[in-house]
Amino acid sequence: MSIRIVKQGLLDTMQDAGRYGYQHWGINPGGAADNVSHTVANVLAGNNTTEAVIELHYPACAIQFEEDALVALSGANFSPVINGEPVPLNTPIIVNSSSILEFTKPGGHLACYLSINGGFKLDPWLGSYSTNTRAGAGGYKGRKLKAGDVLFFKKNQDFSPILKGNAFLPLGWKAAVPVMFPKRQSIRVSAGNEYDLLCGASKDILVHSAFTVTPDTDRMGCRLSGIPLQIDMHGSLVSAGVTAGTIQLLPSGQLIILAADHQATGGYPRIAHIISADRHLFGHLQPGEVIHFELTDIKEAERLFAQQHHYLQQLQNACTLRLENFFAEHALY
Amino acid sequence: MATPYPYKIFACGDHAVTIDFGNIINEGINDFILQLFNRAKQKSIYGIKDIIPAYSSITLVYDIMLVRSVSGDKSAYDFIKQAAEELLNDNEPQEYAANRIMKIPACYEDAFAPDLRQVAFEKKLSVEEIINIHTSKTYRVFMLGFLPGFAYMGIVDDSISIPRRPAPRINVTAGSIGIAGLQTGIYPLDSPGGWNIIATTPMRLFNAAKSPPVVLQAGDNVRFYAVTGKEFKQIKSAQ
Repeated sequence: MSIRIVKQGLLDTMQDAGRYGYQHWGINPGGAADNVSHTVANVLAGNNTTEAVIELHYPACAIQFEEDALVALSGANFSPVINGEPVPLNTPIIVNSSSILEFTKPGGHLACYLSINGGFKLDPWLGSYSTNTRAGAGGYKGRKLKAGDVLFFKKNQDFSPILKGNAFLPLGWKAAVPVMFPKRQSIRVSAGNEYDLLCGASKDILVHSAFTVTPDTDRMGCRLSGIPLQIDMHGSLVSAGVTAGTIQLLPSGQLIILAADHQATGGYPRIAHIISADRHLFGHLQPGEVIHFELTDIKEAERLFAQQHHYLQQLQNACTLRLENFFAEHALY
Repeated sequence: MATPYPYKIFACGDHAVTIDFGNIINEGINDFILQLFNRAKQKSIYGIKDIIPAYSSITLVYDIMLVRSVSGDKSAYDFIKQAAEELLNDNEPQEYAANRIMKIPACYEDAFAPDLRQVAFEKKLSVEEIINIHTSKTYRVFMLGFLPGFAYMGIVDDSISIPRRPAPRINVTAGSIGIAGLQTGIYPLDSPGGWNIIATTPMRLFNAAKSPPVVLQAGDNVRFYAVTGKEFKQIKSAQ
């Protein structure tokens, strides 16, 4: 009941929905950088949305299956192949033991998620499976995955009667994810506490001009480059709480978006905050990409988040039903 | 009086609310924030998933859907904002644990203090004077942040106050004791950092395997005492 990492990737870690309740100790929540793709990968595999998945960054690791498994991939399309044959995203796939999963091309976006039916066997740290590489805790040994690592999963299944010797088989139903990743390039934000201190023209620049994603983008945050913003503020701020999605103004006039591995506190002006319903778009930013911000209010932000939440719940219900039927049909459990 | 300090409540994005007492470092305000933190913990407000006390603010992070499931006609934000107001107006006397005094060994020898001589030069003081000033004061832990277990302490004596280094170091080793403005702090883990490092402690301030994993907590009082390089090694190996 395991998979083996046969080639190390850049930054492949175990992540779940995040570790909350310990920011007063300076322990950041972490969790999947793209929360929606994490959820989609889990529900496709018939899991609870809090289950841990592997967050893959390109170049990603190569994985050998040591037993049959039911998996799903969602998020960035790194052109995955199993034994050399292309594998679709956003669909459950059964995989034959000894098959090798590899990722062959950068997908442009930040991270891809691999879930496994039943979930991985891991010890939680402070209530979460997320890897906190800084603390060296959580996930798999508190670090990114390396060649030779063996990850055990909780469920043992034999799909050989269905696979009939094939390396893998997609189960035929697909999660409709484009609706959650529309082709517009604007990210919706709510005003931050220091927004009103922006000089008049800077307020316009924030919503009317383009910002370019710089290569300085990782699980901690994303630095943007654009027309420098000016703020009417003297001296510095004392450190205060921030969250994933907080957009801070650096002394240079440039913006930084905080992501999953953000620090619990920050001392730069909080200009705006990405709304929760758009937080997953962070996982789809790529260096060189141009983005726009669109200002909205908290009420609308909540409405949009509730809408997304319900969509994901419906997706989960549909996936659960399909998978139950599949298991019943093949006398599996 | 329930709220002894003027405050402002605002949204920190669509899933967090901050109660802010101004851009100020003040022990009275920070005490009140820790009281609010304890009150909020005791009340365990439905849907709150994290509470971040800081120098002069406290941020309540919540799960939008959980809060909306109990907020009725109200938005999650309005519901949490009201809960924050209630926290502020809660008159129940608080059992407040006496602030602990934590003694932290610090080695100020050259090999452990890469910026000490430069700080002494800039502040026109001798190395010994800096050590005396740094070790003669009791510091309050105002908050934890930045890194797991990183304690922001103050208030540093004006005579040794110095801004962050112009360019941060790529790696500051765990245990490094730094000064930034009127703050002093200890890096619990290896990390990039911009504070001026004037000493190193052999004490391990973060250990993921322990409960709690952090040694210092907000509200603690900290005193540094100087140790030699030899004592540093002894303390370190005894842990």
